[in-house]
Amino acid sequence: MGRTLAEKLWEGHLVRSAAGEPDLLYIDMHLIHEVTSPQAFEGLRLAGRGVRRPDLTLATEDHNVPTTDIFAPIADPVSRIQVETLRSNCAEFGITLYPMGDAEQGIVHVIGPQLGITQPGMTIVCGDSHTSTHGAFGALAFGIGTSQVEHVMATQTLPMDRPKTMAVTVNGELAPGVTPKDVILAVIAKTGTGGGQGYMVEYRGEAFEAMSMEGRMTVCNMSIEWGARAGMIAPDQTTFDYLKGRPHAPVGAEWDAAVEYWTTLRTDSDATFDAEVVLDAAEVSPFVTWGTNPGQGAPLSSRVPDPSEFAVESDRVAAEKALAYMGLQAGTPLRDITVDTVFVGSCTNGRIEDLRATAAVLKGHKVAAGVRMLVVPGSMRVKAQAESEGLDAIFIEAGAEWRQAGCSMCLGMNPDQLASGERSASTSNRNFEGRQGKGGRTHLVSPLVAAATAITGHLASPAEL
Amino acid sequence: MEKFTVHTGRAVPLRRSNVDTDQIIPAVYLKRVTRTGFEDALFQTWRANEPDFVLNQERFRGATVLVAGPDFGTGSSREHAVWALKDYGFKVVISPRFADIFRGNSLKAGLLTVMLAEKIVQRLLDDIEADPGTEVTIDLTERQVRWPGEVHGFELDDYTRWRLLEGLDDIGLTLRDTGSIDRFEDGRKSWLPRLATR
Ligand code: SF4
Repeated sequence: MGRTLAEKLWEGHLVRSAAGEPDLLYIDMHLIHEVTSPQAFEGLRLAGRGVRRPDLTLATEDHNVPTTDIFAPIADPVSRIQVETLRSNCAEFGITLYPMGDAEQGIVHVIGPQLGITQPGMTIVCGDSHTSTHGAFGALAFGIGTSQVEHVMATQTLPMDRPKTMAVTVNGELAPGVTPKDVILAVIAKTGTGGGQGYMVEYRGEAFEAMSMEGRMTVCNMSIEWGARAGMIAPDQTTFDYLKGRPHAPVGAEWDAAVEYWTTLRTDSDATFDAEVVLDAAEVSPFVTWGTNPGQGAPLSSRVPDPSEFAVESDRVAAEKALAYMGLQAGTPLRDITVDTVFVGSCTNGRIEDLRATAAVLKGHKVAAGVRMLVVPGSMRVKAQAESEGLDAIFIEAGAEWRQAGCSMCLGMNPDQLASGERSASTSNRNFEGRQGKGGRTHLVSPLVAAATAITGHLASPAEL
Repeated sequence: MEKFTVHTGRAVPLRRSNVDTDQIIPAVYLKRVTRTGFEDALFQTWRANEPDFVLNQERFRGATVLVAGPDFGTGSSREHAVWALKDYGFKVVISPRFADIFRGNSLKAGLLTVMLAEKIVQRLLDDIEADPGTEVTIDLTERQVRWPGEVHGFELDDYTRWRLLEGLDDIGLTLRDTGSIDRFEDGRKSWLPRLATR
C-alpha cells in the first residue's frame, strides 16, 4: 500500500524500531535559542556528555532580545543571563551562534529557511512550539521540551511514539485579499484548538499549491495552535525555486540528485490518512480572532458571537470567559473593534513578503491617531532586504516604528509589551490571556488586515480604504 | 542517572491531594538557567507561609521519601517539579495516584514514583506521623514497599524497572547503541546541510 508524505519522512529517519519501545528517530538539524537550552547544556555537563553533532546544531538569540538598542547591555537581568549563558555554552560546545547584531541573527524559524538550512526530507527539531514552520518544505519538524533538547544534543536522535496522519485539503482558489493566515485561522476555527492532537498533518490541495513558500510557512507555523504535532506541505517547483542558490542549498550534481529525491516526497495516490478535514477555498475570507485562543475566530465581516449560541457547554463557557477578558459584547460587528496597538512581525508573519504586503497597504497613508504600530522584521536579513526596497521609509513615513529583528511582541518577553487593557491587532500566532503583556488583549490578523487596521484604528481590511 | 535498587529512609507525610506542579515549584523559578539547586523552590509557597508545614518540622528533617495524597503532580508539565523534589533529597514519592505527565517525567529522571492503594497510604501516613523515625524501604528488585509490620507490592512495568535498576536515563539508553546511530549517519545524503563548528 502507498505511504503518506509523513510516513515516508518518519520511516526515512528510523535509527531503531522495536515492539514495546518508542521509535528512535535521527534528527537532521537541531535549532536552539536562549530560553529552552540552558538546562539542557547543564544536564550534559553534569553527566559528562558532549554534543554529538555540533555541525547539525544552530543557535540564535531571538525570544527575549530587545529590538531597539541592540548593542547596549540587555536591561532585564533574566534575559541578559539567558543570552550570556547561550553564548558561553555555544563557545564551550563548538556550536554556531548568530548573536544580536549579526547579519544572520533572527527568529529561529525565519533564519533556517532563509539560509537554505531547511530542506525537503529533513527532520528538524527545536525547543519551541512553532518548529512546525519548517514543514512547509516537506520536512518533518516539531517542537520539543528541555530534556528532549538535551537528548538530541547528546545523541542527535529522539525516541518518539509515531503520531497518526491527517490531511487538511483546501481546494479552489483564494479570493483576492485572502491570505494564508486567513486560511489557517479558518482551519483552526473549524477544527477547534484540539482538533489536530496526536496527528502529523499534511496540508494539500490547490490553495496550498498556489501559495509561495512564505505563505506555506505561515500555514505550517500555526499547526500547533490546533494541537497538531507537525504540519507539512509536499515539496514542488515552488520549493525548489525558493531553495536554489541559498547559502546551504546543494549545488551542481548534488542539486540535481537532491531535486530528484525531493520529487519523490509526496503522498502516494493509494495512501490513506487516519483523518481528513476538507475546506473550500471560496469559503475563506479575511479572518480575525475575537477570543483568547486561536480557534476563537470569525470572518472580519461578521460579529462577536453570542456565547449562548454555542452548542457545546465547554465552548460556551470558554466563549463567555474570553469575551469578559477581551472586554467585548456579543453582537458587536468585528469591524467596530478599535485597537491601540498594531504588531507586524513574528515567525508567523515577519518575512519579507509580509512586510511588502504591509507596506503596499500603508503607502500614502498614516497610522491613525492614538494607534502605535510596531513593525519587527523576523531576521536581520529580512530587515536588510526591506531596507534595500525602501519599505522602512514607507513604515516610518506612515508613523510606524521600525525595529531590529526578534520575537518581540509575539510573546512580550522583551520590553515590547501591551499594557493591561490595551488591545492589539497582531500578525503573531497566539492570543492567549496575557501573551503580549499582562492584561493585554490580542486579535490575531493577517498583515493586510494589520495594515488596514493601523490606518483606520479599527479592525479592517484593505478593501475598505 | 544513579542506579535504583533498594532504598531505605525516613518519610514525610504530606496529607494533601491534588498537589499540582505550581505548588511543587512556583512559576517564578522557571526562569533560572541552572539544572540543579532547586531545593529552595520546592513547595516554596507552603514553606514560606505555613510554619507548621511538614517540611518546616524539625522531626521530619532529612527524610528521603515523600508520602502524599492522591493525584500528585497535576497541572502544567514542567520538568522542574521533578528536579526540585530530587534536589531537596527525595528519592521516592508514594501516592495513591499520580498525574500521567508528572509520573512520566519522574521515572525518566530517576525519581521513583510508587502507587499504593489509598488505604495503605493512609496507614503509612498514620505510622510516620506517630513515629517520624519509622524507616521505610522501597525495594525495586522485589517491587515492594516495607515498613515495620507491613509489606506491600507495587506495580511498575518491566521496561521502566529495568531502566531504573540499570540507572539508565533516556540518553544513557540511546547511547548504549551508538552503533545504530553511526550506521544511520553513514547512509545520510551527502547534500544535507552542515554548519561550521568552532
Ligand atoms: S516569534 Fe513568537 S512564536 Fe515565533 S519563535 Fe518567537 S516567540 Fe515563538
